[in-house]
Amino acid sequence: MLTKFKTLIGLLFVIPTVAAANVSEYQLDNGLKLIVKEDHRAPVVVSQVWYKVGSSYEHNGITGISHVLEHMMFKGTESLGPNEFSQIIAANGGRENAFTGRDYTAYFQTLEKDRLEVSFRLEAERMRKLVIDDAELLKEREVVAEERRMRTEDNPHALVREAFNAMAFVNSPYHHPVIGWMSDINNYEASDLRQWYQKWYAPNNATVVVVGDVEPEAVYTLAKKYFGPLKPETTATVKPQIEVEQRGKRTIEVKAPAELPYMMMGWKVPVVKTIEKEQSWEPYALEMLAGILDGGASARFSRYLVREEEIAASVGVGYGLFSRLADMFVVVGTPSKGHSIADLQRAVMTQIEKLQTELVTEKELKRIKAQVVANAVYERDSVFYQGMQIGMLETIGLDWKLTDEYVENVQVVTAEQVQAVAVKYFKDKGLTVAELVPMPLDGKKSLPAAGGRHGR
Amino acid sequence: MDVRIIGILLSLFAAVSVQASPDIEYWHTDNGARVYFVPAPELAMVDITVAFDAGAARDGKQPGLALLTNAMLNEGAGGLNTDQIAISFEDVGAKFGNSSQRDMAILSLRSLTDKAAFEPALTMFTKVLTKPDFPSDSFQRIQKQMLIGLQAEKQSPRAISSRSFYGNLYGSHPYASMPAGDEQSVSDLTLASLNDFYKQYYVAKNAVIVLVGAIDTAEAKRIAEQLSSGLSTGDSAKSLVEVVPVLQGKTITIDHPSSQTHIVMGQAGISRGDADYFALYVGNHILGGSGLVSQLSNEIREKRGLSYSVYSYFRPMRELGPYQFGLQTRNDQAEEALKVMKNTLMLFSKNGPTDAELVAAKQNITGGFALRLDSNSKIADYLAMIGFYSLPLDYLETFKSKVNAVTVEQIKDAYSRRIHADKMITVLVGGKAE
Repeated sequence: MLTKFKTLIGLLFVIPTVAAANVSEYQLDNGLKLIVKEDHRAPVVVSQVWYKVGSSYEHNGITGISHVLEHMMFKGTESLGPNEFSQIIAANGGRENAFTGRDYTAYFQTLEKDRLEVSFRLEAERMRKLVIDDAELLKEREVVAEERRMRTEDNPHALVREAFNAMAFVNSPYHHPVIGWMSDINNYEASDLRQWYQKWYAPNNATVVVVGDVEPEAVYTLAKKYFGPLKPETTATVKPQIEVEQRGKRTIEVKAPAELPYMMMGWKVPVVKTIEKEQSWEPYALEMLAGILDGGASARFSRYLVREEEIAASVGVGYGLFSRLADMFVVVGTPSKGHSIADLQRAVMTQIEKLQTELVTEKELKRIKAQVVANAVYERDSVFYQGMQIGMLETIGLDWKLTDEYVENVQVVTAEQVQAVAVKYFKDKGLTVAELVPMPLDGKKSLPAAGGRHGR
Repeated sequence: MDVRIIGILLSLFAAVSVQASPDIEYWHTDNGARVYFVPAPELAMVDITVAFDAGAARDGKQPGLALLTNAMLNEGAGGLNTDQIAISFEDVGAKFGNSSQRDMAILSLRSLTDKAAFEPALTMFTKVLTKPDFPSDSFQRIQKQMLIGLQAEKQSPRAISSRSFYGNLYGSHPYASMPAGDEQSVSDLTLASLNDFYKQYYVAKNAVIVLVGAIDTAEAKRIAEQLSSGLSTGDSAKSLVEVVPVLQGKTITIDHPSSQTHIVMGQAGISRGDADYFALYVGNHILGGSGLVSQLSNEIREKRGLSYSVYSYFRPMRELGPYQFGLQTRNDQAEEALKVMKNTLMLFSKNGPTDAELVAAKQNITGGFALRLDSNSKIADYLAMIGFYSLPLDYLETFKSKVNAVTVEQIKDAYSRRIHADKMITVLVGGKAE
């Protein structure tokens, strides 16, 4: 605690965080984990059930099965008819939905605080008593196919992203899209889903997160009542599926009807979960590096690539330091009028090289740190987001307390460390580049002159 | 953390919790800006929104003018350039935002309340609001970016359908054009017109200032005064012309090489403060506004698996905003889906909801009312709406009882008078059936 205080004192402002004090953690005998965070600002509660399963648990042939199962979770249980779950939540003034990611599947309801019991009763029911009806599945396959058309097939950027991941990851399951390949979507059998459900939907593979105007012990009692009687499952051991070492730059073109070119560059990098203990600072240094490049309108990409040189119409960074498996540090962008994809890539590389050869300034470091400190306060304006953070960390196998430690860990990153990760990871050897080649939208018109492709 | 500090914070939580809707404090600044304030002492942060009646409805013959003016405010102010402005905010972790839709143009600031953070952020926010320089290099860059944005629209069936829908629905009304303008109008914009636009519309009497956060009334007054005193007094914007509803339905088909057809259908809907607001709002909630449990979702998605997303909503605006329906489906199913959507609307208009449906809708809306106000940012959004559209201060307090008072007959009556399934503007954007 003392060291934490010392770190804080060096800051411009003292973080008014209540830290871990208002979070309570429980485990039921059947293995279900319950985490309750008190937030008494408004008489509401968010209840989230997180399962350790997602697209990164899937193999080829059944890709997207976690996602379609998420859809089927609304289609009836032993005592609930199709869609009845949603109707009951609605009648209780609730809002609900679910989402599937690479590493998790999560279900949530937001309710006035005295309705939490409704959520627990229904979630407990569908945790072990789902009914997967063949006819309902056939319809839902169509709905998911429409979802895929909307999100991916008719969206040139999504097509590029999908091709990019499929090429960058050879044997890591991050290879395939969360929603699944269309051919897999069209061929799920009810028996596939039943097996998947049986395997992963169990109290010992779930974390229940509750945030809001609640009393932790009362929530615990409620959880024991509804989730307590559920039988645990022998869950399968997840294979490590460690990505093979990349031995050189990979490039891919995607041709699709589009007006504007677009590109993605990604380097293989570690994340908090995969990094060895001695290098545990590295993901935080990469996070800082992401901030230096793209942490706001004053960051280097906006300042130099968009405003000063006007090479990019838009350019951004994607790096998430919390995932189950090793991931990528990604730069995406569209060149401005009169510039090519090659120009934009060169400009990005110039910025990367600068990070490798020159130390970032103390001013920039301080600025990113100030933003991280402020964001930690802003994030607490949303009960839902607070629940997200806890649930996501727990589900990928990390401690939820990392949400608090995150701020401290970014605070201590040095300019030397930023340079060190820039040198270590931003090598051509681990680079994947994808490019959207716009094809005419009407099948006739020639390509727009602006931002046309030039040879590399 | 020190145990005593936790104790203090916890007792603070206990003292302020649980209130149905916030007490709104309301006053005018010396030069006539209207101010709405709700204290929220729990988190050491503050949200400030300044909304002007300076959206695209004020573009006149220059679509894109309002948006570009708004986007230019933080590009140069009081002699400082874009970098310096961005650095000032970001050095203290403050978030500056600007946006402009048809009615409202907005500037916003989110900051920690700690003085070392807040004072520099407020100073810069005031500068951006009151002393924009409109530098020409930024103007040219943002103009180019807007043109690229317009190009990007052409690869999005959703954007194409939306543009066509508004154009056909509103004809010669200012709501017809898109806030982003079109290629010709954006290319023709000049710095002079931006300057004039700013001078006319970014004035105190045309402004609503919203504050939500860990500050007291005295501090809120000081902040509002500081923000508004740099603005000219000016006048509030003139009333917009009324929307003349289209007399005949129309179907527009646009070819696009997509695997789905995006369908948008609708008509002129309601304005803010509309007498039929609650009957139509609750009615539509049942028809297509309540997500997975709405009638449309049941017919289109649950029963037939035709679309992932199907919706209908009223967007109440200063004048009649759109009543819009939409879905996306595989090209060869477009006709069928449109038919089901229309049929569902016609049946609903004719029969209204069942008693059970109305009860369920009321339970959903009123039983979840607290969810609308569970964060500072949501409260700030409501205040901006209440202020901008001059809704009564007890709007939130009376919301539930007004919803509860709606009857099946009122919904049927309002739908029969206001909604015309046979006079819809329908836009289909998509490819040929394979």
